[in-house]
Amino acid sequence: MENIVIKTDKLTKRYGDFIATNEISFEVYKGEIFGFLGANGAGKTTAMRMLCGLSTPSSGHAIIAGFDVYRETEKIKKNIGYMSQKFSLYEDLTVLENINFFGGIYGLSNANIKDKSEKLIDQLGLQKEAKKLVGALPLGWKQKLSFSVAVLHEPRIVFLDEPTGGVDPVTRRQFWDLIYDAAARGVTIFVTTHYMDEAEYCNRISIMVDGRIEALDTPRNLKHRFHSESMDDVFFQLARGAKRGD
Amino acid sequence: MAAIILNDVTKVYGKEKTVAVDHVSFAVEQGELFGLIGPDGAGKTSIFRMLTTLLLPDNGSATVDGYDIVKDYVRIRSRVGYMPGKFSLYQDLTIEENLNFFATVFGTTIEQNYDLIKDIYVQIEKFKDRRAGKLSGGMKQKLALCCALIHKPSVLFLDEPTTGVDPVSRKEFWEMLKRLKAQNITIVVSTPYMDEAMMCDRIALMQTGRILSIETPQRIMQSYPLPLYAVRADNMYGLLKAMPTFSKTISSYAFGEYAHVSFREDVDVNEVTGFLRQHGFSDIDIKRTNPTIEDCFIQLLKA
Repeated sequence: MENIVIKTDKLTKRYGDFIATNEISFEVYKGEIFGFLGANGAGKTTAMRMLCGLSTPSSGHAIIAGFDVYRETEKIKKNIGYMSQKFSLYEDLTVLENINFFGGIYGLSNANIKDKSEKLIDQLGLQKEAKKLVGALPLGWKQKLSFSVAVLHEPRIVFLDEPTGGVDPVTRRQFWDLIYDAAARGVTIFVTTHYMDEAEYCNRISIMVDGRIEALDTPRNLKHRFHSESMDDVFFQLARGAKRGD
Repeated sequence: MAAIILNDVTKVYGKEKTVAVDHVSFAVEQGELFGLIGPDGAGKTSIFRMLTTLLLPDNGSATVDGYDIVKDYVRIRSRVGYMPGKFSLYQDLTIEENLNFFATVFGTTIEQNYDLIKDIYVQIEKFKDRRAGKLSGGMKQKLALCCALIHKPSVLFLDEPTTGVDPVSRKEFWEMLKRLKAQNITIVVSTPYMDEAMMCDRIALMQTGRILSIETPQRIMQSYPLPLYAVRADNMYGLLKAMPTFSKTISSYAFGEYAHVSFREDVDVNEVTGFLRQHGFSDIDIKRTNPTIEDCFIQLLKA
């Protein structure tokens, strides 16, 4: 089905006799906001690195944006965006220089970059800051900028690894507005978070425990299944049983 | 006597005169579990670094355990435990070597104060010969806490100990803090997670170097000035766009599966439901709700 943009089948990563990610199988659809949750050490980062074409799986299969995670990693990288929990822009370049640099890396034409950077700066209300060094911006702005740069080349999927850690509650919600906008344009959002209220903003979520996906459904169905009032409680019920220490 | 007193403390950085801490005053009582709650850039770390005598204030004064942070820094250093936000133990030393090192530096031994760290240390003891650099995040955090406690400090400073930590481990960490508090250690802890504020005796809500409010979490929640409702409908994205156009809405924003909406005055639920139906929503659920610390923080930011 063409609307499936991520499909994994028993995807596994072993380090020696340690199975970091253990036979995970799931699908994510075009334009979906997919929350990828789990305790520290559950195997989320390892799984995400395989999905981004940065780490070769030990076994299993995965197709990302139509490309194979074993043979077509370079094509995967061109068709995805990535933003990590650690700020990933260059602090000693200005806002505009960062946009130019990343636009260039992704092979956009100069005219296209110019057009896009104007729109982006308007959308974020960064007109006054466009020529300031990124290092001088507050964290919330950096994260919003970082997200916008990650989707500059109009990737089919954007991977967000704890994008809102340490961000204030108002900016956190503005960040989610950007996520909704991108999803409405058809970009698939794959996001990890430790904020359980953010889990509620996802269309579907999966919860990993000890390398496996223990639950995958809409937030509402998960709460129903675990007889819980909140996602916090669902997470607690599942992750409390984790054997793997973080 | 208060364990910590800050009087009009200000900290300014660099050529651009960035004000990190802006005329902050507060006091922490002996044995209190006190929270500095605020996002990145609120000034939490600068306050910790001044109180642990690692940084000089540009204005104002402060005391810890009755000692002045500028004049009596030597005394303060032996009385406080500090766990910085960034892991700063020796990566090449093992768990046991790190702990021994910190005990020795403070002129004590692991055995002497073992009671205090026992609860936490037993959870990592079986890895005591492993190098700190090879530990997982949760284990590093526990080791850092043991090292900050090994000299039996009277005041413990914990800078964002739970940032990036999953909800289950966060709960466990706060249970450890409650047990330490029971041993009459004054604890000052910072966090960007608003829900953790509930675990503190009193909190200071902070933003860009200023204190927005300082109170018990219960009183802060009680002082929320407007009637607050939780509203849900079939299309949440649309609901968040429509709600501000209702005549009595003061603010509305996403809050988990509901939107939290503050109205100018008490509203008739049927009136709001009617408004939403008119705008094409179905599956509408609306109820009065109690504000959380996060609601209060958002309200204070807008005020």
